[in-house]
Amino acid sequence: MGNKIINIGFSAFIIFVWMAINIFLFVWYYFYYDLRPEFFYTRHLLGAALAWARAPAAVLNFNCMLILLPVCRNLLSLIRGSLMCCSRTMRKQMDKNLTFHKLVAYMIALMTAVHMIAHLLNLEWYNNSRQGMYDDLSNALSDMEDTDNTTYLNPIRTTSSIHPQQIPTYFAFTSIAGITGVIITLALILIITSSMEFIRRSYFEVFWYTHHLFVIFFAGLVIHGIGGIVRRQSNVDDHNFTFCRNLTEDWGKIPECPHPRFVGGPAATWWWVIGPMIIYTCERLLRLIRYAQKVQYRKIVMRPSKVLELQLVKKGFKMEVGQYVFLNCPAISQLEWHPFTMTSAPEEDFFSVHIRSAGDWTDKLIEIMQKLPEGAQGPKMGVDGPFGTASEDVFDYEVSMLVGAGIGVTPFASILKSIWYKFKDNNPKLHTRKIYFYWLCRETHAFEWFADLLQGQEKEMEERGLGDLLTFKLFLTGWDESHTNHVMVHFDEDTDVVTGLKQKTHYGRPNWDKEFEQVRKENPTATVGTFLCGPAALATVLEKKCAKYSDVDPRKTKFYFNKENF
Amino acid sequence: MGKIEWAMWANEQALASGLILLTGGIVGVAGQFRGWEFAAYAVAAGVFVCLLEYPRSKRAKGTSMERSGQYCFTVCVKSFGPLTRNYYVRAFLHAGICVPGGFMLATVLGCVCLAIASLIYLAAAIRGEHWEPILPRKDSRKPVAESIKNPPQNPPPRPPPETRRKQAKDVEAAAYDNPMTVTDDE
Repeated sequence: MGNKIINIGFSAFIIFVWMAINIFLFVWYYFYYDLRPEFFYTRHLLGAALAWARAPAAVLNFNCMLILLPVCRNLLSLIRGSLMCCSRTMRKQMDKNLTFHKLVAYMIALMTAVHMIAHLLNLEWYNNSRQGMYDDLSNALSDMEDTDNTTYLNPIRTTSSIHPQQIPTYFAFTSIAGITGVIITLALILIITSSMEFIRRSYFEVFWYTHHLFVIFFAGLVIHGIGGIVRRQSNVDDHNFTFCRNLTEDWGKIPECPHPRFVGGPAATWWWVIGPMIIYTCERLLRLIRYAQKVQYRKIVMRPSKVLELQLVKKGFKMEVGQYVFLNCPAISQLEWHPFTMTSAPEEDFFSVHIRSAGDWTDKLIEIMQKLPEGAQGPKMGVDGPFGTASEDVFDYEVSMLVGAGIGVTPFASILKSIWYKFKDNNPKLHTRKIYFYWLCRETHAFEWFADLLQGQEKEMEERGLGDLLTFKLFLTGWDESHTNHVMVHFDEDTDVVTGLKQKTHYGRPNWDKEFEQVRKENPTATVGTFLCGPAALATVLEKKCAKYSDVDPRKTKFYFNKENF
Repeated sequence: MGKIEWAMWANEQALASGLILLTGGIVGVAGQFRGWEFAAYAVAAGVFVCLLEYPRSKRAKGTSMERSGQYCFTVCVKSFGPLTRNYYVRAFLHAGICVPGGFMLATVLGCVCLAIASLIYLAAAIRGEHWEPILPRKDSRKPVAESIKNPPQNPPPRPPPETRRKQAKDVEAAAYDNPMTVTDDE
């Protein structure tokens, strides 16, 4: 238990607070509409569906306020920067922004469903009482018009001109609340279906463009409540319903029972969402400014296996290790921003990205770059960033376990380079004594550039007698027999066949228990940071292992888990 | 990533529409709305659409992701052959299914969603996509190579590589002297 708190305590706390606020809002507004006397007559027509519609509405307001905040990457970067003094745990939460965004989205979807079902019932029952299917009181309440010194309660005013079955539909498409409700629900559904994991991962463009329906969503959301359809009694003091509810014939005739008067509530949603909307607009403006800033190409290198290395220079650009930038190339698409992890170290006077051919956008970019004459500047490139993720913290830990899976090794390129520079300069900020680097991949062809980099470092480290600073383990998960034979033949050689490195390649997946045990044995008192850049399944495994091998005793080895987001 | 396959999104959208249609239908029937017969239809239509759309198609390129437990649905859907394979059929089928949903409010949303799904399917069909079942991959173990059936031409112990070449000129003399006669199977 203690171990769990070390690793997931704070995010659990955030989720707890968020959930508590949701539950509070739901319960509070449920009872507000279920118990308040001014809604007595409304409830008489609608029953519990009134409260069931209004309580989710309150939760929806709250969550629509939150949903924009986790995607303001510049804002998060700012907060992260200002939290530098705070603990690692606090800052680490900033990396889970997209998880939170999804969580809030699920809540919005659920509450939308409840809200919509409740309103379906409401409309049907309003329509029924308008058709005179219920008791006298319902009829009296529904028949009240703006004539004869009364105001209406039942928003459905049509009775005969349309077939009764079609009245709710007619109402839904002719009232402000109805039509905006339908439109924003549709927008929400399209957003959700196109952002399912499978679509998002496979066809990013579909996800990305559809997500911009959020503009329609928020526009509709703000005006959704303008009609003021949910009406309350405004003269509860003059017209006592406990006394008058059975005297509908005498309303307006006896002094105790004047006609009940009803008013609509003001639209309240914009109150909730206006702040985040402004923040998000600023965010987008900032991106626009960043886009306009001039970026120069220092070098364009085509690596083997269709990997493109871009070395870029931008004025005033300061990066830290493991950060990423968003690139926009207007020659390919005006609107798309794609994230790339930087592979250069902060100590270098440029920043570089390695772009692997992986989709339409990257393919087109590589094609453009290949057509360029030697030494020419590439097409205009917009750069937004840098944005921080957890691997900045690598130097704060005495011992770091870096786990990269597949393309996930990229952030570690920057880290390893930077550690190297820091070591050369004897930088006092470097706490690191030992680095364990695990690289899991199916095949190494696409990552030859990374093996090159490692080779260079290994050589330099050995020259300086720092060979044991970095323990490097490559796990090749996709291999066949011809491969093994090849390895067996070359077993006695000094360097590895696959990477040309001193450290040998392992075959199959790592046995994490063994690895963690080894790290713990070699570093009995250290704080170990575990950094993963890779698939979610591996994250779950490592998070568990971190908790398992951490000791509650503050003097013993402790593992902290960090994950990169993509 | 690669080329966008619109049918994948259409599939998600249609599945969601099926669920929404089903939900709307249940609300309509349970609340005994006016025209609840349409809601009853929506329940049936929703279930049908969900069953039809549950098994995801195989991607033209790259790894396909199955929905959990979709295998038996895949087999059923596959058995309809070209009817379920062709996305034009799906586009018009969904367009047809969604129409009665428009007659009462509870099912209107499901109806509009399904209509959108139908449009996306139409786009997918025009781009030449079609539904392919995801079936468990057969073990593609290669048959044992012919050469293994034959006895080795140059069995161990072999001479060191630098001398091997020279001897190869005189095959008869260089060959290992087998104590027994070795013959081909054939």
